[in-house]
Parts: sequence; C-alpha cells; structure tokens
Amino acid sequence: MSPADPLTQDFELGFTYTRSTGPVVGRFLTGLRERRIEGVRASDGRVIVPPMEYDPDTAAALEDFVEVGQEGELVSWCWVSEPRAAHPFERPFAWGMIRLDGADVPMVHCIAADSEQDLVTGARVRASWVDEPRGHISDIRCFELVEGGAS
Amino acid sequence: MSDDAVTGIEAPIYLQYQFTAGRAPARFLQRLKAGQLTGQRCPGCSQVYIPPRGACPACGIATEEEVVLSDKATVQSFTIVYIPIPGNPIEPPYIVANLVPDGANISFIHLLSDCVNDEVHIGQRVRAVWKDASEWDYSMDNIQYFKPIDEPDVPVAQIGKLPVSGWGAGA
Repeated sequence: MSPADPLTQDFELGFTYTRSTGPVVGRFLTGLRERRIEGVRASDGRVIVPPMEYDPDTAAALEDFVEVGQEGELVSWCWVSEPRAAHPFERPFAWGMIRLDGADVPMVHCIAADSEQDLVTGARVRASWVDEPRGHISDIRCFELVEGGAS
Repeated sequence: MSDDAVTGIEAPIYLQYQFTAGRAPARFLQRLKAGQLTGQRCPGCSQVYIPPRGACPACGIATEEEVVLSDKATVQSFTIVYIPIPGNPIEPPYIVANLVPDGANISFIHLLSDCVNDEVHIGQRVRAVWKDASEWDYSMDNIQYFKPIDEPDVPVAQIGKLPVSGWGAGA
C-alpha cells in the first residue's frame, strides 16, 4: 500500500457499570418486574413517579408509596425521525412526558406510534410491557396510544 | 418488600469509535508491520517522538524526518497490576511500563514480562520479544512484551537520551 492510504480501524470502548438503586428506586424497579408502577407521595400531597428518595421541598425521606395507573395523558413529546443505535426502537418513535392516572408529575418514556401525525398533546396512552420483566425501566416496552382516547 | 427486591441494575456505556491513523502514524504502523520501530525527529528541537504524530508538541512544527529506532529500551517508570480488569485477558500480577527505546526521547507504554516482578526498577534495560513474523500486523501487539537484558542500568538523568546505538558496552 502507498503511504497515502489511510489506515482505519473500528474499536469499542465499554464501561460495564453496575449501579446500586437504593431502597426507593429499587422498590420502583421491583414493582415494574411485577408490572406495577409505583410512585411516592410528597409532603404537599403530590404523587411523584418515578418515586423520589427525598421530598423536593422539605428534604424529608419519602416512603408513602402509591400505585398509579398504567394509562395516562401525553403532556409533551418529541418525535425521533432518525433513531440512533442506543434508542429503544429502530423505527421512528417519540420521547414523551406522560402523566399517569393518579400521578401529579409526568415521567419520561418512549411512545410507539405509526407517524408523528398520530400524536397530539393530551392523547391517552397506555403502558405496554415486555414479555419477561426483569426489574428495569425498559420492562415498560413503550407507551401506546389508546384508541379514541384523546382527553 | 420481598427479599429478592431489585438492588442494582446493569448500566453499561459503549463508545464506538472509528480510528483513522494520520499520515505519520500510518507510516509508523507500516514500518511496525515490517518489524521495525520508527520515530520522527523534530527539525527544531531534535527530539525524536514515538509513535510519531506528524508534529512536535513542543515546537508546534511538522516533523518529517523518519528515524529507525532500536527495539532495546529503558524502563522510565512502571506499575505492577494486581487487579483483574474485565475483558483484559492478561492474568495479574503483570507489569505495565513506560519504556523509552534507544534513539527516542519519549516513552510508550508496553508490557514487561519474563522478569522477576520485585526486581523491576527504573533505569532497567529491556528488549522487545516479537511475535513470529508471520503474525505481524499494524499493531504494537507485534511485540508480545519487553524482557530484561543483561546491561548496566541507565542513570535517571540519562533515561530518554540514549542514542540509537544504545548503552552498555558501547556507551
């Protein structure tokens, strides 16, 4: 080969982290493994999902866990037309802020939809679970639109 | 909460790179594939760099002159690794060393083996143990490791200043 030919090589750098969840997030993930979504009630009465370890206002430890619904309202969303390798879908999808029934703050998850035109703020969505939950946020495969459910 | 509650999650991060060697590193790798260590000399300060990057970091000018180096080197510093690293096939304890090849003025990192770990020291003379030539590729792995040779130690002040002709008898 001539000196002008560039040499290239692929390589992958991996950081194989494991993370301790602590009792509060651990309980949330344990719930997901049983297809249950749990939040925590804060000092002002709001239900926060996923649960926080400490109250955002008083900093007191929170432990009043509350199960919330598996359906909710799409509060805000962003369409991903060109998913990347690390994304949960190979086809276009949306990241959404979803306020679950019984919760007072939205949580982030992915929304499966055929096209961007199908999504509207205020739409009703429902959790779709993987076949074998293992205690991870991805146990909820995605949220799907509930037919005729715009609120 | 049940006894088998979730207490941890796997959260790996993978960074995928495509590395492209520039002109000077590509030339270095070509010579390495032929079993030769080469550096480049700065026309300003005369320092010889290995692996060459095509420019002198001190003077900020391009380096063109190629210099063939020895596969004998001096231990500039080293560490003994006792902790296994996931994905690394080398069995601890092993030694990773900064080595300055004769004729160069900066060190590169490689393994030091076929030695008594407790006796490895700064200034020690070592030589490359090459793989069989049939296995040579564009890789520093062409050198399996460096091993000690029977030459007098290099004083600290002289490390990184030896000519390509080396040390010992001729020094």
